[in-house]
Amino acid sequence: MRQRIDVATAVAYRQTTILLKNPSLFLPPMLFPLLNFTAFAGGLSRLRHVPGFDFHGGYTAFQFVFVLLQSAAFGGVFTGFGIARDFERGFARRLLVSAPRRSGIVLGYALSALIRWIMIAAVLTCVALAVGMKIGGDGVDVFGMYALAVLMNQIGVLWACGVAMRFRTVQAGPLMQTPVFMALFLAPVYVPLHLLRGWIHAVARVNPLTFLLESGRGFIEGEPTQVAAAFGVGLGLVAFFVVWSYSGLRKAEAAGG
Amino acid sequence: MFLNMRAGEGIEVEGLARVFKDVRAVDGIDLSIRPGEIYGFLGPNGAGKSTTVHMLTTLLPPTSGRATVAGYDVVREGAKVRSVIGAALQEAALDPFLTGREHLRLQASLHSIHGEQRTQLMGKLLDRVGLTFAADRKVRTYSGGMKRRLDLALALIHDPAILFLDEPTTGLDPQSRTALWEEVARLAREEGVTVFLTTQYLEEADVLADRVGIIDHGHIVAEGTPAQLKAEIGKPTVEVVPEQPQELERLRGLLARFGTETASRPGAHAVQLDGHGALPEVIRALDLEGLRAEQINLHQPTLDDVFLAKTGRSLEGAESE
Amino acid sequence: MRVFATQVVLIAQRSFIRTFRQPGVWIPPLLFPLMLMAVNSNGLRAATHLPGFPTNSFLDFFLPFSFMQGALFASAIAGTDLARDIDTGFLNRLALTPVRGSALLLGQIGGAVGLGAVQAVVYLFVGLIAGVHVDAGAAGALLILVLAVLIAVGFGTLGLWLGLRTGSGEGVQAQFPLLFFTLFISSMNLPRNLIEVGWFRDIATVNPVSYFIEALRSLIIEGWNAEALLLGFGLVLGLIAVAMALAARQLKVRMART
Repeated sequence: MRQRIDVATAVAYRQTTILLKNPSLFLPPMLFPLLNFTAFAGGLSRLRHVPGFDFHGGYTAFQFVFVLLQSAAFGGVFTGFGIARDFERGFARRLLVSAPRRSGIVLGYALSALIRWIMIAAVLTCVALAVGMKIGGDGVDVFGMYALAVLMNQIGVLWACGVAMRFRTVQAGPLMQTPVFMALFLAPVYVPLHLLRGWIHAVARVNPLTFLLESGRGFIEGEPTQVAAAFGVGLGLVAFFVVWSYSGLRKAEAAGG
Repeated sequence: MFLNMRAGEGIEVEGLARVFKDVRAVDGIDLSIRPGEIYGFLGPNGAGKSTTVHMLTTLLPPTSGRATVAGYDVVREGAKVRSVIGAALQEAALDPFLTGREHLRLQASLHSIHGEQRTQLMGKLLDRVGLTFAADRKVRTYSGGMKRRLDLALALIHDPAILFLDEPTTGLDPQSRTALWEEVARLAREEGVTVFLTTQYLEEADVLADRVGIIDHGHIVAEGTPAQLKAEIGKPTVEVVPEQPQELERLRGLLARFGTETASRPGAHAVQLDGHGALPEVIRALDLEGLRAEQINLHQPTLDDVFLAKTGRSLEGAESE
Repeated sequence: MRVFATQVVLIAQRSFIRTFRQPGVWIPPLLFPLMLMAVNSNGLRAATHLPGFPTNSFLDFFLPFSFMQGALFASAIAGTDLARDIDTGFLNRLALTPVRGSALLLGQIGGAVGLGAVQAVVYLFVGLIAGVHVDAGAAGALLILVLAVLIAVGFGTLGLWLGLRTGSGEGVQAQFPLLFFTLFISSMNLPRNLIEVGWFRDIATVNPVSYFIEALRSLIIEGWNAEALLLGFGLVLGLIAVAMALAARQLKVRMART
């Protein structure tokens, strides 16, 4: 276990150092959620007047939760791009050769994704508060919301890690990104679930991310809802993608990095 | 044959310079290249070869100085210069999604060569560079050698009087390199094309060029035929590395009896021998004086020696600067 | 004049061929906007219940978004392709031919025009199958295609300018979110009069993208709205003119031949 942690911290340290030396790497995973936040919270706020829109925390808070989860997911996916680049440039082979416990490599990437996202989340939160977002929940509720976002971040990085380790090229980028993007947008992005109609309602109802999103909105509103289901789904997805990413690692090992 | 060329004019350059911010990439060079000549422009990376080519092919305006290509001024008559030159620059500059034939068709059409004339020219050039079999394949499937051959064909499609080749064989295998040399020599010999060839390969300049200009840090440091340049350095040089570094001074005194001191590597001493067969005497003298040598090298003059003599650096050594 | 036209056609042919020989380049711009249209038009359907919303069908309202997103993809493709030409030296190869700079620019747009036309036809066709009703009839549908292609040309030319400025595909891609942003802060999702947030509505009002969208939308949900059409066409022709001027100036810098 100790060796695994040592490997993980070394990988996470390297990834974080690269990030801090190249601030431009923050931009893509930060820019997209910020753009969405501006467009949705700014341009669609009138949707709160749609009959049946029963979220009482304000449309800014309503969209903030989506954007927070989106930034968490994409923070994970962008780490996956970095993993693919490491394979393309041969650095991943160096890691595979040097690490006594290779599972620590995946853990390290996951940790670095979390560190990256924490910095992005801080910026997003400051921007949201600056534009007047209201938080109806207490400290525990807010913690719960961020905890869901952490799960989302780990789901994103473990998914992308598994893809990166299987394909070992940045050309797999769209494959990492598109399913996450679609999964996010097939959740109740603009209005609560019960206001969706037609096929999108049917899809959103069974979309696991809907649980995280609705529960997160409940937290920020101060009216927690579906908490057990959200954390159950989140942890379940994390467990699933842990298996996915580790099996990707095995494939990368078999291919010689 | 060359519709636009002013008869009997090659390349004339006077005080040509190009400055990038604080860097004088080309620092006032003079050149005179006769029609039909193959002129080799030799120098390490960063010497100013490609910058010179870019100026002479009108892709880069000079900061100062004058140049005419086929009698046309490169600054004031750029379009006319481009009509009489062909260029294969350092990058192969091909579109990976077009076929070889499509490249030729585009190039010919842009030079207003259409219809039957274009078709015939394309066929002839593809045959000449040995790419007929691959003409309808996309360029991204081509090997490095094939790309270079296509590049040459594109440079020749409009029958230019003057051909600029910027490091045309870099990265090619020996077979492809030889094939390209043969074609370049044939163009000059049989079709009278003037060739301005930049290279960092000594052998290429030695084998191909009628005359060689050696450029370093933007200046031409030597010019002449390969034989003339080597004759300047002239006689063989012997270079000795003493086994004990502190014996270098004694070695210097001993070797002074056999010839004139010349540039050498650090820790060694070299002289240009006064007469042939002096090497055995050198070895005998070292032995008599009890001076042990770690290395004794006899150099027949090469263009690298010319470069070393003129700049104090080896051309290969200059690569790593 | 004939030589100029020939040069434009030759460069355009190459641009067109090159774009359509890369399925990875032209398939996502076809599919992705359609996917988003399907998701967003259903996800935002509740907006039709807002008082003052101009139509019962959010799909009718939202269809122009696809054309706009397609235009942005055309922009990225045009810019990346030209940046690649600079990077590989192909631009130098063209510079050594008699081709005129203006012919080069007009021809490079060829790929964007081709892609824009194909996209516009596909989006409109899928929209019609999904139940979109074009109030302005067949003539209106044709005008939608014309305007969509012009918008693709305008953004494509902006992409060329970015490609010439940055000289690298990554540089173009890095600017892409900024162009996307212009789409986001427009009347893409709601009519301007229903945008609640003052500063957002003000930005959407001065954003030319709003008028492109509104011109397209007017043909679908209103019929013939002269003001919307004049503004849309006028501004897109203005965009093309400005983008061309920027690109031409940047080309002179890049292709500094004498």
